[in-house]
Amino acid sequence: MASTQLHGASVGDRIYRFTTTAFALSIPLLLVLLAIEVVVAAWPALKAFHLGFLTSSEWDAVNGVFGAAPAIYGTLVSSLLALLIATPLAIGVAIFLSEFAPPWLRQPVAFLVDLLAAIPSVVYGLWGIFVLVPFLREHVMPFLADRLHLGDTPLFSGPAYGPSMLAAGLILAIMVLPYISSVTREVLMAVPRSQREAALALGATRWEMIWGAVLPYASSGVMGGVILGLGRALGETMAVTMVIGNRHEISSSLFAPGYTMASVIANEFSEATNDMHLSALMAVGAVLLAITLVVNIIARWLVWRVERRGQA
Amino acid sequence: MTDQSPVTRAGNATGVPQVGAVAVENFSFWYGAKQALFDISLNLVPREVTALIGPSGCGKSTFLRSINRMHDLLPGTRSTGRILLDGEDVLDRRLDVVQLRQRIGMVFQRSNPFPKSIYDNVAWGPRLNRRPSRSELDEIVEQALRRAALWDEVKDRLRTSALGLSGGQQQRLCIARALANEPEVLLLDEPASALDPIATQRIEELLWELKKELTIVIVTHNLQQAGRVSDRTAFFYLGQLIEYGPTDQLFTAPREERTEAYITGRFG
Repeated sequence: MASTQLHGASVGDRIYRFTTTAFALSIPLLLVLLAIEVVVAAWPALKAFHLGFLTSSEWDAVNGVFGAAPAIYGTLVSSLLALLIATPLAIGVAIFLSEFAPPWLRQPVAFLVDLLAAIPSVVYGLWGIFVLVPFLREHVMPFLADRLHLGDTPLFSGPAYGPSMLAAGLILAIMVLPYISSVTREVLMAVPRSQREAALALGATRWEMIWGAVLPYASSGVMGGVILGLGRALGETMAVTMVIGNRHEISSSLFAPGYTMASVIANEFSEATNDMHLSALMAVGAVLLAITLVVNIIARWLVWRVERRGQA
Repeated sequence: MTDQSPVTRAGNATGVPQVGAVAVENFSFWYGAKQALFDISLNLVPREVTALIGPSGCGKSTFLRSINRMHDLLPGTRSTGRILLDGEDVLDRRLDVVQLRQRIGMVFQRSNPFPKSIYDNVAWGPRLNRRPSRSELDEIVEQALRRAALWDEVKDRLRTSALGLSGGQQQRLCIARALANEPEVLLLDEPASALDPIATQRIEELLWELKKELTIVIVTHNLQQAGRVSDRTAFFYLGQLIEYGPTDQLFTAPREERTEAYITGRFG
């Protein structure tokens, strides 16, 4: 009796272990299969255009010529712009909420900021088209170009259509802000009291304590939040597609329309009638996948470096 | 080892020289509605080590942290009475607490170096407060590390992380970090409670050296330690100062029965 019970338990254990292992392995397997599928489907386009696919700006579905440089450029620039705008804001919000806000204000504001992440991206897109883009066209762009006389600089030159890289960067900034800010808030609150006391006891003001002790202690975590935001920005499709203008062209000006990889795929997959067009879209997908991967690897490496500096 | 003497420093606004004399007058302290300290009066003597002893929760740490106003950030605390540092009331709301904390250094129970290099840890306070030049800063850092008896162990790796040091070294680094501000008073809150006997001994020897220049106040659970390092001992019990006097006298011939009961181990 006892031995059968033991035997039964070990069989149960083995089944349990087998099942969980299978579940755990299925996720990476799915990722690998997906990557292989995408690369195989992209192969004809990659073979036909070689490196030109990455460097050429010509995207002509009718004549079957495809170069994804503007989309790659647009994805990187709009995401970078979003981070440039969102990171200081998000860190400011996080510092206010974790260090300065009175307790009764803390929860509601934190909740509202986190709520930004819950808004469907198509709603952001809609708001972008009907509110943000007109506002940029009528107020912000003329102000930057004419009032501040920045119209002659490459970044702010050209006509102000409205749909633009600037609009995409701004809308992405709003969308990634809650991710950066909530991670930053968490890590700031996780900084031990002993670190704060050490700074205060050395004669630091509250601000000097935050700037000189709390933020440096939390820096790798903050970096993690920024990376999370970057990952979100790189892949965002709907809202960006609605405000970026969707033009296959690289322009130095933030006022000019652009394109992103995700937008190209979203806009054209239903119209891709010939094999080469479809393969080109798959190739865009493969490049997006690769860039996301590389960005994440660089990001991990940065975090690892910060952590190592902290420990060594 | 050093030629600085706090006694030669200029006097403050009241004309009293800054030597780190702390006079506590009728000091009481509350956490919200709960009174933690009752009418404490005592004088901390410059160039002496004063030990604060007593069972857990007796108010000795609360008292220590009142001297450099570390309670400021806690909501709902209040106090009455006066704590005079060289004649100035540190509890005065108009007093610049930032300046006060530069004059009164503090070392905590658990060593808490910043996750920065050894050099940057020691330079943290001076960079904040005095904005010294690079060579001045090098000098300040070396002096502070020498005074904390840590220089010889770390001089070849000043740029490596402070977190790579041993527990005892980290605690001496925290002492060096406090010394870099050139305080007149050094407060230590059970600085050796997390250290092994050898590291503890090094800290105690260090206090012996440092008291030539500073007023030192140390909170300790360890009565032997209080006996070894201090010139005077204050015994706290339930928020009251029961007895305060020369350490030899307090340990060999206590005036109060409760003091005797505590030091002979009948409670605590």
